[in-house]
Amino acid sequence: MEASYSPSEMMIVTAARALAGVRTVFVGVGLPNSACNLARRTVAPNLELIYESGVYGARPARLPLSIGDPTLISGATSICSMTDLFGLYLQGGRVEVAFLGGAQIDRFGNLNTTVIGDWEHPKVRLPGSGGACEIAINAQRVFVVMRLKRRAFVDQLHFLTSPGHLGGGGDREELKLPGAGPQLVVTDKCVFRFDETTREMTLESLHPGVELAEIQAEVGWDLKRASDLRQTERPSEEELRLLREELDVQELYR
Amino acid sequence: MQDAIAAYVRDGDMVAIEGFTACICFAAAHEIIRQGRRDLILCRMTPDLIYDQMIAAGCARKMVFSYLGNPGVGSLYCVRRAVEEGIPRPIELEEYSHFGMVGRYTAGAYRLPFFPLRSYKGSDLPRINPRIQYVESPYSSETIAVVPPLNPDVAILHAPRADRRGNTHLWGLLGVQKEAAFAAQRVIVVVEEVVGTDVIRSDPNRTVIPDVVVDAVVREPRGAHPSYVQGYYDRDNAFYLSWYEISKDRASAEDWLDEWVHGVADRATYVEKMGIETWDRLRSGDAWSAPVNYGAYD
Repeated sequence: MEASYSPSEMMIVTAARALAGVRTVFVGVGLPNSACNLARRTVAPNLELIYESGVYGARPARLPLSIGDPTLISGATSICSMTDLFGLYLQGGRVEVAFLGGAQIDRFGNLNTTVIGDWEHPKVRLPGSGGACEIAINAQRVFVVMRLKRRAFVDQLHFLTSPGHLGGGGDREELKLPGAGPQLVVTDKCVFRFDETTREMTLESLHPGVELAEIQAEVGWDLKRASDLRQTERPSEEELRLLREELDVQELYR
Repeated sequence: MQDAIAAYVRDGDMVAIEGFTACICFAAAHEIIRQGRRDLILCRMTPDLIYDQMIAAGCARKMVFSYLGNPGVGSLYCVRRAVEEGIPRPIELEEYSHFGMVGRYTAGAYRLPFFPLRSYKGSDLPRINPRIQYVESPYSSETIAVVPPLNPDVAILHAPRADRRGNTHLWGLLGVQKEAAFAAQRVIVVVEEVVGTDVIRSDPNRTVIPDVVVDAVVREPRGAHPSYVQGYYDRDNAFYLSWYEISKDRASAEDWLDEWVHGVADRATYVEKMGIETWDRLRSGDAWSAPVNYGAYD
C-alpha cells in the first residue's frame, strides 16, 4: 500500500522536484522554504538558498517563521546588505529560480499581492510588493506556489504587482525584462506550465485522485490543457520521510 | 532614550526606524508614542508591528514603505483600520517595492537625484505612485525606472554594540541600516552594549555606521524586542503570532498600548514586566566566529 500524504506535502514535493539541477534559488517562507530544503537533500544537492533579507547560502537549523529569522544567518555562506542582495545577486542575474505567490494570479502568471478592490479605497489591503516586483522581473525563472481557488485564479487582477507574461506572447521581451518569467505553477490539485508561444497558463498534470472538472471549477477563465495531460507523480516514501522526520519538524504541513 | 527622542524627534518629522526583521528599535517607537509625537511621516521597508503600534497610537499621517505585513503571520490590522476605515486617523500611503526603497535610501545617502533600477516595468505600482518614473539611458536606448532620494529628518537604528562616539558594529542582517544612517539629517543609534573604542578598532570591517553620521548613542538592552539582535536574543515569534489576535480588534490593541507602552515608564520597566521566563525562552545558544588577524604594522 502506498503512503498517504497531505495536499501541502504534495505541493512541497512537486516544487522540490522542479528544482532538479538548480544552483541558486530565491526563497520565501512557508511551502517554498520546505521545497528548497527537500530539493537540497534529493534532486539539487548544490542548491543555495537566497533570501531577500540579505542571506546567501542559508543552512537553517529550524523552520523559519520569517525570511529574516536568525536561524538563516548562523552558518550561512554570506550575509550582505539589502542593497547588495538586490543589486548584485538579483539584478546581477545570479538568481536562477525564484518562488512567488499571491492573492491573485491571472492566465499569464501576473500576480497581485497589493490590494483586493480599488487601491485608493481597498476592500482588503494586502502586504504589497516586498521584493516580488523586481524578483518577477529579474530572476531567470519564476515558480509560483499557490492553492487552487476560484477567488485566486482570476480573469482580471485587481492590481498587477509583479509582472508575469503581462498580456502574453512577446510582451516581456518587448519591455526587455531580463528574466524569462513564470514557468511553473504548483497548486494543491494540479500543475500548470505556460504555452511557449502564447505564454498562457496550461494544465499539465492532475494530482492523484483529482478530477478535471474540479480544476476548471476553481479557475476564472476558460482553461487550456496540455494534449498529453498527465497525472502528477505521487510523493515517494523517502521524500515523505525526509519531510516528516528531518525537515518539517513542527508538522506544519501534515 | 527619553532625552534622545525629546531632542531629535519633532512633530511632523520624516522618521525612519529601520532594521529588516532584526534590530528593529521598538524601545524608541514606544518612547515616541509616550511623548505623544504627531503627524510623523514614517518610512520603513517593512512597517512590521513597530509602525502598526505607532499608527494605532495616532503618531503618523503618512507611511512610505514596501511590504505591509506581519512577516510569516498575516495582516497588520492597525494599519488596515487606518487605511480602510480612517481609525484612529486616516493615513496616506506612498508605496514602493523593496528594491525601490533600498534605492531611495541609497540615492539619499549618495546625495544623488535618483536611483535607477530594473523594476516596475509592467507593474501597476507606477500608476499609483507617480514618484516612480522612467528615464532613458544616455548610453543606450534603454528606458529604466528611477526612484527619488529619501533623506529622513531622523533615522533610528538598533545594533549590537557601539562606542560612546557612535561607531557602531553590526552583524547578522544588515538591512539598509548603513544607507539610512548616511541618508538621514539626524541619527540615533541604540545598542545592546556600549563598548570601548578599542573594541571597535579591533574589528573595523564590522563598523557599519561611523561616528561622523551619529548624533546620539542610547544604551537600551533588549530594546529591539519582539524583534531580535543576532547572538543576544531570539525573535519572539510567539509575540508576532499573538499580535494577530491583539491587533485584530481596536479595543484590544489600545489595551495593549495602555499596558505595555503608556503603562511603563521606560524600556527597563518593560523588560522587567516581560519576566524572566520570556528572556529565558528567547536565549540563543553560542556560535562564535573564528577570529581574524588584522596584523600589526608599526
